[in-house]
This record gives sequence, structure tokens and C-alpha cells, in this order.
Amino acid sequence: MYSAKVMDHFTNPRNVGEMPDADGIGTEGNPVCGDVMKIYIKVKDEKIVDAKFQTFGCGAAIAVSSMVTEMTKGMTLDEALKITKASLAEALDGLPPQKMHCSNLGADALHKAIEDYKNKQQK
Amino acid sequence: MKTIYLDHVATNPLHPDVLDAMLPYFKEHYGNPLSVYESGVKAREAIEDARERTASLVNAKAKEIIFTASGAEANNFALKGIAYANQSKGKHIIISRIEHHSILNTARFLEKSGFAVTYIPVDKNGIVNPADVEKAIIKETILISIIHASPEIGTIQPIAEIGKIAKKKGVIFHTDAVASVGNIPVDVQSLGVDMLTFAAHQFYGPKGAAALYVKEGIRIVPLIYGGIQEGGRRAGTENVPAIVGMGKAAELAKRDLQKRTDHVRPLRDKLIENTLKVDKVILTGHPENRLPNHASFVVEYIEGEAMMLLLAAKGIYAASGSACSSKALKASPVIISIGIPAHLAQGSVVFTLGEGTTEDDINYFNETFSQVIKRLREISPFAKGWEGLEDSTCTARK
Repeated sequence: MYSAKVMDHFTNPRNVGEMPDADGIGTEGNPVCGDVMKIYIKVKDEKIVDAKFQTFGCGAAIAVSSMVTEMTKGMTLDEALKITKASLAEALDGLPPQKMHCSNLGADALHKAIEDYKNKQQK
Repeated sequence: MKTIYLDHVATNPLHPDVLDAMLPYFKEHYGNPLSVYESGVKAREAIEDARERTASLVNAKAKEIIFTASGAEANNFALKGIAYANQSKGKHIIISRIEHHSILNTARFLEKSGFAVTYIPVDKNGIVNPADVEKAIIKETILISIIHASPEIGTIQPIAEIGKIAKKKGVIFHTDAVASVGNIPVDVQSLGVDMLTFAAHQFYGPKGAAALYVKEGIRIVPLIYGGIQEGGRRAGTENVPAIVGMGKAAELAKRDLQKRTDHVRPLRDKLIENTLKVDKVILTGHPENRLPNHASFVVEYIEGEAMMLLLAAKGIYAASGSACSSKALKASPVIISIGIPAHLAQGSVVFTLGEGTTEDDINYFNETFSQVIKRLREISPFAKGWEGLEDSTCTARK
């Protein structure tokens, strides 16, 4: 059902955990629906220098979370905002159609974390 | 890697004796059972022999057994067949809220076709109250269908009590006994049912072979029209090897039922006892009145499919009722019906044992399960509690 890459990121997820000194935090999803993703980012000079995640969800949700944190590290905020559910799914060598909502949540949680960072900067 | 199969409610391996019984009907006796020459006659005789054995497992007469290709087909047949045969008498059907999809979806289809359906609730252990069934019966009620044992929570229903009510009120009574036949004694006479569904692969027979018991005298409209097979009630060239396999599996199930139960029950009890030692794990279904090989839980703070996948990565195969495990992406209606909140329903898991399960398997399971839970809770944002759970509705999948 899942690609080898999805299974790799699911069984060996990268960047798991809380980030107490995060510059931006984005949460997307609802446990009632089955998936919640929380993405933490650390930003320096408009670049994401570190990212972590916590996820309540299925194998695809965990793999997407792992992949989104891997992809964003080193990206500028503008580049990270261009990450979409399609680019995440592609990076994982595809997701089953019924699991595409998981990659949607991953992109949305990341975008919310960036928005959170920007809001904090304006204060 | 060692593999431990704890998903016997999904299906079972074929018993070697069943395979041996089936093989000649693939190789030598491949004739069409309607043909008059020898290989056809052999096939016809084998079907009738299998019918006797299959009937005997549930204490029915051979002529009361209609072979079908699956439990889902038998359930469709029971509901549609009785509904269309009796619609002049009334168009009201009663089912429970914890039926298999093949009953629930057929009932929904019938609703769209002008039938009214009453859905009987269950208590927190998943038990249907017979008094609720009695209250739901009206003049137009033509059929009651209540599942015998739930494959998701293992609970066994008071079918004999409901059978007495149905008989008293003159309503045809069907039970879906797919999960129970082969695991506990099932006797159509003492249960007082008019129809009963069961499937061969649930008791070490082949997939693609199931049966609907229809009590003598009950009129039913065929689901499949065509030839004269199955007394004109289910047309189509018979799957002879599968039917032969079902007959053999039924014979073995009748002979070995007690031995199988005595083997799985203590192992299942050990699995439950140890699993409940893990923090924030809740047993679902009735604590005692459940299938002897069945253990089901909800595990807080993590999601069922993730548990299944990580257990599978360690060689343990099981099932979940979480939304993400279902192609419909909806949490199991059975888990919701016993009052488990939707966020907890995501963490549902089902472990079912079989005659090949060993003490070592259970020890390995117990050790691995706690590791998997720990690992996934480390990833979960809810590991310290359900913080931020304000929204009780799911909109993300719409």
C-alpha cells in the first residue's frame, strides 16, 4: 500500500519531538478525524534552520511529517511556503489517493508555523 | 522475521485436511455439477455431501443450506430476499447499530427502496437489549437481523432471547454468525433463528465459500436469478472445490470446537491481562461474554493504523477500526456505538487468536506491543493528555 520511502520515514521518522524554543508552531488536523500534526520551526535570517514535529495519525501522516521537516530545513521561508501536498507526496514516491489528505495536513501545518513566526515578528 | 498472525477474525489459513479434500475437485472431478456424466455426478455428490456436513455444524437440515460466495452475499440475500418476498405484508426491518457493513449497507439500500429500518442501539459493552427489539416491532415488521458476535468487539448477543421474541411476534429472524460459527457452538434450533449466515474461511475453510441457512418453509426471493442451482434460490455454476472445502472445514470445526476453544481462551486471557497493564488502554466489548479468541482495545493518544503498521514491521499482524485503516476514512460505527468518543475510536485495535497461536507468540506480542505504544506515544502531541481537544466534529475529510 505504501512506498518504500513512506515506510522508511514511518518506521524511522526524522526530527521527532517538541521544540521548546521554536520560533513558529503550526498545528493542523483534529484527533476526531484521525490526524493531528504539530510542526515546530527555528528561523535564522529568514531561513528555516531546524524543524521538528509531533504527530497523532496514521503511517502516512507520520511519514509526511518526517518528510516535511526534512525538506524545509535549509529552505528560505518563501521556498518553504511553496511546499504543497503534491510536492510532499512526490517526495515520498507517492501516497495512496485516500491518504492524500495527510500530505495536505503536513503542508498546512508547515504554512501555519511560518505564519506563526511572521506574526511573532510583527509584535 | 518471525510472524505472528493475530487477525483470525479477518480470515484463517486453510486447514491442510481441507486442502486435501478440495484438490480432487480441481484436478479429477472438475465436471459441472449439472452434467449427467461421471465427473459431473461426482461433483454433484460432493456438493450434497458438503451440504450435509455444513448443515450439521449449525444443527440444520441439509436442504436448509444455500451455498453462497461470501458472508456478505448471504447477508445481502437474507435482507433483500426476505424484504422483497414479504413486502406485501409490511416494509419494516429491524437491525442493530453494530451490524457488519454488508447488513448496514443493504439496510440503507432497502431504505432507499421504500423500506423503513429501525436501528437498535447497544450498551457500553455492545449488547443489544432484547426488550428494545420487542419495543421496535410494529405491525409492518417483516424481518429482524441482529449480528451474533461482533468481529470488532467480540461481544456475543442474546440471540436466543431475541429469537423467542421474534417467534412470539411472528417476525422472521436472521443472524449474521460469520464471526461466531467455528468459534463457539452455534445451533439454529436453540437460537431460534429462521436464517443464519456463516462463512468457511472463518473456520479454516476456503475463502469464497459461505452459506445462508434458511429454515424450511421460509420464502425468500433469489438474489441471483438464472439456473436451477441451489434449488433455484441461487443461480450460477457452483464453486465445487470451495463448497467441498467448506464441508470439510465444517466437519473439523464440529469435531475440534472444544479443543480449539480450550487452546485459545487462556492465551487470549493472558493477552488481555498484559495489554491492560499498559497505561491508558481500555478493553472494548463485553469483559466476559465475548468470543473466546477475541481481544479488542482502544489505546489512547495514538492512531490504530500506525499501531498496525509498526506491529506488522515487527511481524505481528492485527486489525484496527480507526478511520485511517478504513477506505471510507470514517471511524468504526461499532466503536462509536458503544460510546467510545471519536478521538479514542482512532486508537482501536483488534487481536484474534487461532489454533496455531502459541504461548511464545503471546509473550512476544506482549513485549512488542508495549514497545510500539511507547514509541508511537513519543511521536504523539497528545502523550501527556488530550490537550486542545475542543472541536468534537470532523470536517477535514469532507
